[in-house]
Amino acid sequence: MNGLIGKKIGMTSVYDNLGKNVAVTIVEAGPCVITQVRTEEHDGYSALQLAFGDRKVKNTPKALMGHFKKAGLEEPMHRVQEFRDMNLDKNLGDEVTVGDLFAEGDKVVVTGTSKGKGFQGVVKRHGFGGVMQQTHGQHNRLRAPGSLGNSSFAAKVMKGMRMAGHMGNAQVRVRRLQVVKVFPEQNIILIKGAIPGHKGAYVTIEK
Amino acid sequence: MKELEAIQFVHDQMLVKPEFPAFNTGDTIVVTYRITEGDKSREQAFRGDVIQIKGHGMTKTFTVRKMSHGVGVERIFSVSNPNVVAIQVLKRGRVRRSRIYYLRGLVGKKARIKEKKVVAVAK
Repeated sequence: MNGLIGKKIGMTSVYDNLGKNVAVTIVEAGPCVITQVRTEEHDGYSALQLAFGDRKVKNTPKALMGHFKKAGLEEPMHRVQEFRDMNLDKNLGDEVTVGDLFAEGDKVVVTGTSKGKGFQGVVKRHGFGGVMQQTHGQHNRLRAPGSLGNSSFAAKVMKGMRMAGHMGNAQVRVRRLQVVKVFPEQNIILIKGAIPGHKGAYVTIEK
Repeated sequence: MKELEAIQFVHDQMLVKPEFPAFNTGDTIVVTYRITEGDKSREQAFRGDVIQIKGHGMTKTFTVRKMSHGVGVERIFSVSNPNVVAIQVLKRGRVRRSRIYYLRGLVGKKARIKEKKVVAVAK
């Protein structure tokens, strides 16, 4: 899939051609630099490795720095990622911009890391109803999970029982999002709806 | 590009700058807007007093209030909405506050707005 690495900037709403107000996410997508070309003969699969984002030299391992130098980069980049079966007529060290890949109306897949929510109970994490009442003998149980299973038969809690725990901060993939607008010169793309992650988070956009 | 700059840039690019006459709170205006029903579209006018103007740039909206068969009707329009075709100012009203919500509690002769005397500038 052809794709790019981008940075989530924030959300706003714009009017589309029909005069409808649509919520959009602004993403700064690229320009990414091709840092490695994987080929069928050499690596067993074909892919392009792209790099994006700012990074300080002092925070970059020397090995990675050498890897960037091979692609002709002076400054190190923050995010390095491979995109499988990316067919573009570009070579090592070339820039890939948002205008090369995406156009208005395209359906894209966005992958990112969702916002971390910490340790959450079952009501927020799994959408349980809770006890729903405060009277009839209920005390301190308003958001409790209820029963975990059967009694003497089974006599254990089944594997996969949904319980409280850590929520968010996991990779999330959202499919079939529509591209509302592309500004190739500013490297900005408007995607309809919400995408995972906080502002400033790295996401990948694939077509 | 910084975050806020980028959002501002998108707003600037997406804002259709319509050439509407300037109006203020208290003015009586006619808003002509397009309604699309199925594949047909027609234009409809909404005439009333501007009771508030809110936001700026792309998010600027204004509320128009009118009395329809003895019932107060308010409609909020967005300046950047492409379906708002035209705005015509009929009367300039003299009001002392920017949001004249007190009009909602008044009916009949009390709900009138004094007209602003516009002095013609001699050339």
